[in-house]
Amino acid sequence: MTAPTTATPTTPATTAARDLPAAEGWTDRLRWAVADAFAVAARDVAHWRRQPGALLVGLLFPVLMLVMFLYLLGGGMAVPGGGSYRDFLVPGVLGLAVVFGLEATMTAVVTDVGRGITDRFRSMPMAPSAVVAGRCLADLALSAVGLAVLALAGVLVGWRPDEAGPAVVAFGLLLLLRLAFLWLGIWLGLLVKDPASVAAVQILVWPFAFLSNAFVATSTMPGWLATVAEWNPLAATVTAVRELFGDPVGAGGGWATEHATLLAVVWPVVLSVVFATLAVRRWQGLSR
Amino acid sequence: MGTAVQVRGLVKRYGAQVVLDGVDLEVAGGSVCALLGPNGAGKTTTVRVLTTLVRPDGGRVEVAGVDVAAHPREVRRRIGLVGQQPAVDDVLGARENLVLFARLHHLGRRAARRRADELLELVGLGDTGGKPARQFSGGMRRRLDIAAGLVLAPQVLFLDEPTTGLDPAGRRDVWDAVLGLVRGGTTVLLTTQYLDEAEQLADDVCVLDGGRVVARGTPRELTAAVGGDRLELVVDDPARAAEAADLAERVAGASPGAPPPGRGTRVTVAVARRPGVVGDVVRALDDAGIAVDDVLLRPATLDEAYLRITGRDEQRTEVPA
Ligand SMILES: Nc1ncnc2c1ncn2[C@@H]1O[C@H](COP(=O)(O)OP(=O)(O)OP(=O)(O)O)[C@@H](O)[C@H]1O
Ligand SMILES: [Mg+2]
Repeated sequence: MTAPTTATPTTPATTAARDLPAAEGWTDRLRWAVADAFAVAARDVAHWRRQPGALLVGLLFPVLMLVMFLYLLGGGMAVPGGGSYRDFLVPGVLGLAVVFGLEATMTAVVTDVGRGITDRFRSMPMAPSAVVAGRCLADLALSAVGLAVLALAGVLVGWRPDEAGPAVVAFGLLLLLRLAFLWLGIWLGLLVKDPASVAAVQILVWPFAFLSNAFVATSTMPGWLATVAEWNPLAATVTAVRELFGDPVGAGGGWATEHATLLAVVWPVVLSVVFATLAVRRWQGLSR
Repeated sequence: MGTAVQVRGLVKRYGAQVVLDGVDLEVAGGSVCALLGPNGAGKTTTVRVLTTLVRPDGGRVEVAGVDVAAHPREVRRRIGLVGQQPAVDDVLGARENLVLFARLHHLGRRAARRRADELLELVGLGDTGGKPARQFSGGMRRRLDIAAGLVLAPQVLFLDEPTTGLDPAGRRDVWDAVLGLVRGGTTVLLTTQYLDEAEQLADDVCVLDGGRVVARGTPRELTAAVGGDRLELVVDDPARAAEAADLAERVAGASPGAPPPGRGTRVTVAVARRPGVVGDVVRALDDAGIAVDDVLLRPATLDEAYLRITGRDEQRTEVPA
């Protein structure tokens, strides 16, 4: 910042800004909202490029879980109703990876608010929706990559989905659940504002994930616990995904298990609507 | 140019606390206005209202001729903000940060890159390469933050304590950049804790205290308003400094609430009437047997005016020089 600072920074960009175009129509607005969302999401992509180590750890942690459960604990596991534990486990860990995404979303939101990036965005002429939409795009993309890596690891240990079509639907359901956790993460991130509370959520995610059918069939649990586990949104998605992949589902289970596919759609949609509403409210509260 | 910022009766409450209590503010287009005030006076809150980040509870606010409450988006197209805390992406480098912000200001890909390079040059970060902002010094980070506020060469630029944490050379660079922008027609509203900064940059000064405007005017008007001149004495014997201050104050005809005696051997008193005062005071001190090493008659500084206005001058002796 030496000599050039005294120069008047009049540039093409300057003049462009001065001669502001007339107010945009809604099509322009929509177009910009999409473009802005992608620009915000591209920032995350740049982060991944910058910090491949962190990205790799994030992608490989669920793979580690898969390997650990399969080879360290899997020996003593029998799936009620038959089938290999490996085939039972892979969809469970896919579901677990989705739940872990909550922490990533929350951390990103808390960091941006804390560092003032969110306020910087809010003071700019970009579409306000783009901040959150960009977060959604980036996190969904990351989750898609993560699920692909995990599925590939599953294939490496011998797991195979039966048919391609249903398998694609299964991944769709997993991403749908991810969307619900995305909104939950955005809402929580805007709510807590404090990195220390992310750690608390990080811990709470574990009992939530284990209180489902991700690792063991609910029929092996005591009655009331089995009911709770069965109604866990994660359990619905995992059961539905198992069915779609043609993997063992584990015998037993009540209404929630029988209607797992329905619940695997209803739960994420309801949760998304609820937490998106709360998140938008919270977002508006930032200007209070 | 007309009025760039117009604030009438601005009220902002946080819970039961009234943070802004009817603030009126007017900044002429193309001028620099400095917002001064002690910690917690409401400077940042004012800036946040003016930059659409916080909704006011009362009053009317227009920035660049646009009503902030009615058309926040239009306001955002015309302003730049450099907040009190640097707000840049820590993981990305300087250029990546600026390209991102330029893209979000709806510049095309190539225009965004061009603008980023110009801004890097402007704030002297052209040689940082891909180094992530996390590894920047505080001053570098602040410069990057300032560059991010200039992406569109805004009509009105808001700077909240832009030079806090900068070394003297860095401060001067920021001042030069601000003055350069003003020459280009930009209106600047800045907050600062440094009175010399206000004196250097500002056409107008507005002092906030407890959410109210307690004084406004040009730096010269403010210093004049708190009573013209100061007589500074350096006495030989620090033990007799207080006595010297007392005496000098009586002779110089100081107004009540005069500045307190300085520290050590230095004594400062307010002067009511300039002619003959130096001789009178020195003679009186001489008669009392107090040796004087140095005498200086000077106008009051903005510092002194500010401390008087905000009623903090009594506390000044507790603050280490
Ligand atoms: N989000 C908030 N919630 C509650 N109180 C707030 C909030 N923001 C500011 N305040 C209060 O409003 C008052 C004014 O704060 P503000 O940050 O505007 O002061 P300031 O003049 O910028 O001070 P400083 O010189 O320390 O930056 C303070 O008492 C502060 O505690
Ligand atoms: Mg402040």
